Amino acid sequence: MTIRDRVIEIIAQQAMLDAADVRDEATLADLGIDSLGLVESIFAIEEAFDVSVPFNANEPDAGDFDISSVAAIIRAVEGLVAGNGAAPA
Amino acid sequence: MRRVAITGAGTINALGHDVASTLAAMREGRCGIGPLDIRDVDRLSVQIGAQVKGYDEAAHFNRQQIALCDRFTQFALLSAREAVAQAGLTFDEALGLRSGAILGTSGGGLNTQDENYRAVYEEGKNRVHPFIVPRLMNNAATSHVSMEWGLRGPSFTVSTACASSNHAMGLAFQMIRAGGADVMLTGGSEAMLCFGGIKAWEGLRVMSRDACRPFSANRNGMVQGEGAAVFVFEEWEHARARGADILAEVAGFAMSADAADIVMPQAAGAERAITGALADAGMAPHEVGYINAHGTGTAANDKTECAAVSHVFGAHADRLMLSSTKSMHGHLIGGTGAVELLACIMALRDGVIAPTIGYEEPDPECALDVVPNTAREAQVSVALTNAFAFGGLNAVLALRRA
Repeated sequence: MTIRDRVIEIIAQQAMLDAADVRDEATLADLGIDSLGLVESIFAIEEAFDVSVPFNANEPDAGDFDISSVAAIIRAVEGLVAGNGAAPA
Repeated sequence: MRRVAITGAGTINALGHDVASTLAAMREGRCGIGPLDIRDVDRLSVQIGAQVKGYDEAAHFNRQQIALCDRFTQFALLSAREAVAQAGLTFDEALGLRSGAILGTSGGGLNTQDENYRAVYEEGKNRVHPFIVPRLMNNAATSHVSMEWGLRGPSFTVSTACASSNHAMGLAFQMIRAGGADVMLTGGSEAMLCFGGIKAWEGLRVMSRDACRPFSANRNGMVQGEGAAVFVFEEWEHARARGADILAEVAGFAMSADAADIVMPQAAGAERAITGALADAGMAPHEVGYINAHGTGTAANDKTECAAVSHVFGAHADRLMLSSTKSMHGHLIGGTGAVELLACIMALRDGVIAPTIGYEEPDPECALDVVPNTAREAQVSVALTNAFAFGGLNAVLALRRA
């Protein structure tokens, strides 16, 4: 499974949608994912790819991890995996 | 109606091991937050907290007491000893029957749980110390306080996350006012600064990794603290009759539930608790000079709290002072409201308003007088203290100068 497919699967599961209905340009708000859902999705991404996502719910737009759309999240995860941003043991 | 006096106060927290040193630190705007000194801290992404430093349990408790008392219970007992000594009360048989203890905590004996889960899961041990349950239970602190002074009346523990202490003190107030007791030891205690206690909070992604900056536009989350504060609440005439020094009057209390979201606070619920406390105390909003804010330093709490205060007080919101002392002593979770009540007593009794330290940038969504960075002298006759817990459970106390 590609990174893209896995991220979409995680988001779809959180949004309770079919993966086919998660469009690239959609925002998390479009998909009905609230702040708790976002934090849970990020945890799922960290677990799936063994990376550490720099995300603080107090400043969701700060940092390098772009969550503005599904496509942006996929790119950000690809970047983390390529950079081998391994989670602390 | 029976009135309620505060006749004793005690504390131990990151700012000091007693009330005098804690209030001195608040006056100076000193920060008790620093690098955490706990086991496995290198595996945490949040490595700061407001820890009680220089604490030696053997200096205060014997071997048998230490075997039975988790850190949160020790903190409660030390605070209660200071409070009872200040009140100058002797709990004889008759008074003991008319006295009780209501304390708040969220994690209870979390260090005990953490250490013993580690022993059985990580180290593979199959035997634990026989006193684990009496050490870790959330009511352990209340029970030990009741035992130390022979308090035989209404006694229980309240656990409503970050509002635990305010709920506990509010219920103690109501208990005396309604005639169920004449003296109550009340407040709260927390000792959550262990690996598991911080790791769990990390998961929620609301913690700051550098500082607690309530109401500041660049705030980035809360910082955990630990410690306790305990007060002697006493029926007014009982206190007057024995010539006790009354620190302040507890005049009103209200609680509310948002019934909306498990973590996101709602202004409407906070407003109902604030207006309820004022109504319960028979106070007009314009009488309020100081509010000790819940002020956690999270994006969500601080703007919601300011919206609630603005809405309740209208134009007067711009005249009152609102500060968050969590910037100094951290967020003691179930013990926080108790330590924060000290700031209210200092405002009423000493005319000193504790500051919100770490304040760097104004936030248009928190455009109130947050007493930034430096304590202020001001005469205040009425103070409120807010607590708005995860789970949407709110508790506000109203105090009047004695």
